[in-house]
Amino acid sequence: MLSFALTFALTCFAIGFAMNLLAFARAPTIADRILSVDTMVINGIALIVLYGVKTGSNLYLDAAMLLALTGFVTTIAFCKFLLRGSLIE
Amino acid sequence: MTLDFALELVIAAALVIGGVFGLIGSFGLLKLRGAMQRLHAPTKATTVGVGSALIASALDSVMTTGIASWHEILVTLFLFLTAPLTALYLAKVHLLTKPPADLPPTGTDRGWSNSDSPDRKVTPADL
Repeated sequence: MLSFALTFALTCFAIGFAMNLLAFARAPTIADRILSVDTMVINGIALIVLYGVKTGSNLYLDAAMLLALTGFVTTIAFCKFLLRGSLIE
Repeated sequence: MTLDFALELVIAAALVIGGVFGLIGSFGLLKLRGAMQRLHAPTKATTVGVGSALIASALDSVMTTGIASWHEILVTLFLFLTAPLTALYLAKVHLLTKPPADLPPTGTDRGWSNSDSPDRKVTPADL
């Protein structure tokens, strides 16, 4: 039962990842493009965590944590650059 | 045995809920029309989706090794703290790049504060 649920969740997040790629290609403005990349990072975190559950390894959670940190900083840096024209004033 | 089965049931439910929410969030990003609506779908649904996946991961590590790991809670906490900030900044970028056309007049010689400031006038050329 657990392996079926795990496969279902992995499939859902993988389809979501592909949808984000499509949203990135079809984004009308730059804010939409940043948003689709941010959602892609979040889906990637979920995929890494679920792969860690699948393999039974504890190491993948560190990678998920790093991806969460860098994804947030990337999004804020892009937005800050668009809002103010520079990152550090 | 029954406790293990109940735990497995809870993990499977969390996995299914997380997968469905993640799929809905990405589908909303693709499907909704307005930029603010597109902002709404992933920031709520994907946070619930990843949160459920992390809960499932934590319970799975409890079930297999008997030791609860703190990484999942840290990742969940970090995502829950940063998701509103990300949404706020994206909304600000959207408002600056495309101001709403139906804003009423302010009644002063200055414009609305998110596109006009006393120090510096922000024009689309700055973006």
